[in-house]
Amino acid sequence: MRSPILQAATKYLLPILLLFSFFLLLRGHYYPGGGFVGGLVASIAFVLHSFANGTESTMKLLKHKPLSLIPIGLGISATSVSLPLLFGLPPMTGLWFDEPIPVIGMIGSSLFFDLGVYLVVIGVVLTILFTIALDNLSDKT
Amino acid sequence: MIDNHILAPVLIHLFSAVLQLIAWRKTVTQRIISILGTFLGTLLAIRLLADVYSKGVLTLNASNWEAPFGIVFVADLLSATLVLLTSIAGLAVSFFSATGVSRQRMLYGYFPIFHFLLMGLNGAFLTGDIFNLYVWFEVIIISSFVLMTLGGRKTQLEGAVKYMAMNILASTFFLTGIGILYGITGSLNMADLSVKIQQVQNQSLVGITACFFILGFGIKSAVFPLYYWLPSSYHTPPSAVAATFGGLLTKVGVYAMIRVFSLIFIPDEFTRNLLMIIAVLTIVIGSMGAVIKTNIRRMFSYLIVCHIGFMIGGIAMFSKIALMGALFYLFHDIMVKTNMFLIAGLIRQLRGTMDMKKLGGLYAQYPLISLVCALVLFSLVGIPPLSGFWPKIYLFQAAFTLDHYAFVAALIIGSFTTLYVIAKMWAEVFWKDSPDDVTVEDKFEPLPMFRKILLVLPICILCLVTLFIGLNAEAIVQLVDKISTQLLDTSPYVEAVLGKTK
Repeated sequence: MRSPILQAATKYLLPILLLFSFFLLLRGHYYPGGGFVGGLVASIAFVLHSFANGTESTMKLLKHKPLSLIPIGLGISATSVSLPLLFGLPPMTGLWFDEPIPVIGMIGSSLFFDLGVYLVVIGVVLTILFTIALDNLSDKT
Repeated sequence: MIDNHILAPVLIHLFSAVLQLIAWRKTVTQRIISILGTFLGTLLAIRLLADVYSKGVLTLNASNWEAPFGIVFVADLLSATLVLLTSIAGLAVSFFSATGVSRQRMLYGYFPIFHFLLMGLNGAFLTGDIFNLYVWFEVIIISSFVLMTLGGRKTQLEGAVKYMAMNILASTFFLTGIGILYGITGSLNMADLSVKIQQVQNQSLVGITACFFILGFGIKSAVFPLYYWLPSSYHTPPSAVAATFGGLLTKVGVYAMIRVFSLIFIPDEFTRNLLMIIAVLTIVIGSMGAVIKTNIRRMFSYLIVCHIGFMIGGIAMFSKIALMGALFYLFHDIMVKTNMFLIAGLIRQLRGTMDMKKLGGLYAQYPLISLVCALVLFSLVGIPPLSGFWPKIYLFQAAFTLDHYAFVAALIIGSFTTLYVIAKMWAEVFWKDSPDDVTVEDKFEPLPMFRKILLVLPICILCLVTLFIGLNAEAIVQLVDKISTQLLDTSPYVEAVLGKTK
């Protein structure tokens, strides 16, 4: 069932939800939020898009398979975990730039860890949902 | 002493797994990364053991948080040795998997998950925080569940359901125990716990908590009466997977039991008796199961259960000699059990079946391979001077001095059953002529030389390590002597974690 109302709403909701997910990701260091919640919100944005326009058009929108986000995210997180070893600090210690960056604020290695989690969550959720959705499609046809 | 590099054996497997995920569906690249990763992991583990041997207990405060508040990783001799043995077993299984696992399974991510499993094992051995230990256990369970179901045959799923149900139950008990422990002491750091637990007024509550841990670790290490998930699930996955499971997974339970009972709950009279009864029954039931099985892998699964009892008995007696025996047996067992499942996999490649009634004539056709297998099997039985013999001396000595005659009897029963079962297997599989009415399906012969080497080499590597343990027992005895001293007197461990001022 295609609803034009949902389709029109999704057109505006998708960018807003993605922006909100990024906002959650960035504020997560000191306030409620972070990579996991941000990733969930971002994947909800895509799930909404797939409800409105069908799974196939969402996969076209994403261009790459969501599965490929998992190793990228894990790689970023693992690197940010082991980066402090190069500076003679224990793994997972937060490394920070001295000067804050406008808009974003202070940037440290923990942001990259969160970014990795964000990508892994999007990858996992979308892979699971698309696999189920496409299985159902192929069953029907 | 603080050393920021003790997590290297964990991180190397994390990075191998990530690289293999990037090379998704490129199975050749994954195989090369896996072998390189496990090889580097072994080198790092050797370095770690050498460091710990010369410098004493090493610690790492994750994120630079001070010890009782943050998560701490501790490498003492026991952890470092087990990390080394895990790495060697991982290397061997990685070689074997390169040919022994079907391409279909590799396409669905066999290798990344295998590396996550090794990462979880190394992490569990190295952590010094009881809740973090639980987290590593979860990493191990999730990856082992994927490995067990990969392939999706009906028997596999059936085995996996039993495995998963029992292991989730074990985790629940473990987590409940941790919760109570945190409630009565306010700490999760194991070194801190060992100090604070002695100041708790309500010691009977501490005893009950200890029972939760016995239940949790008991299910994981497959002791009587919680063992039955093991023989009904270990024969279903491919042999490379079964080798990792049989060699390492139950031993993590034994390790956790040794760690928790030496550091946090010093076993009292009741706990010792309970563990001793469990150990005796485990040995008897395990050997009874092994006698009646004709499938090689099912028989090996029961032998795992049987030999877990030897180690639990060692912990139950909790004297220096007994711990030396239990630890020596643990080291020997990891190598030999991994190797036995690899041998079972090789036999399957050679003959296409693992049923002893349909096997035969391997000695006539492959005398050299049979010789290597014989060395491993004799090590398991404990023919002097091979590796299974030495720990039994210590176990017998401890049992006689502490008047545990039931355990002596169980040890004798267990050893003789192992001898009988292995002799039966040797006669049926290697010596007997191949039965006439069975058509042999040899997948090994047409393989190219390189792949044959990949199948046989890991068995030879592990066999050499077993021979080293057996023939160079003096060095191993010195090692387990030091480890058992560390286990009985935990003050160096506590000092290394919390600092001298406490």
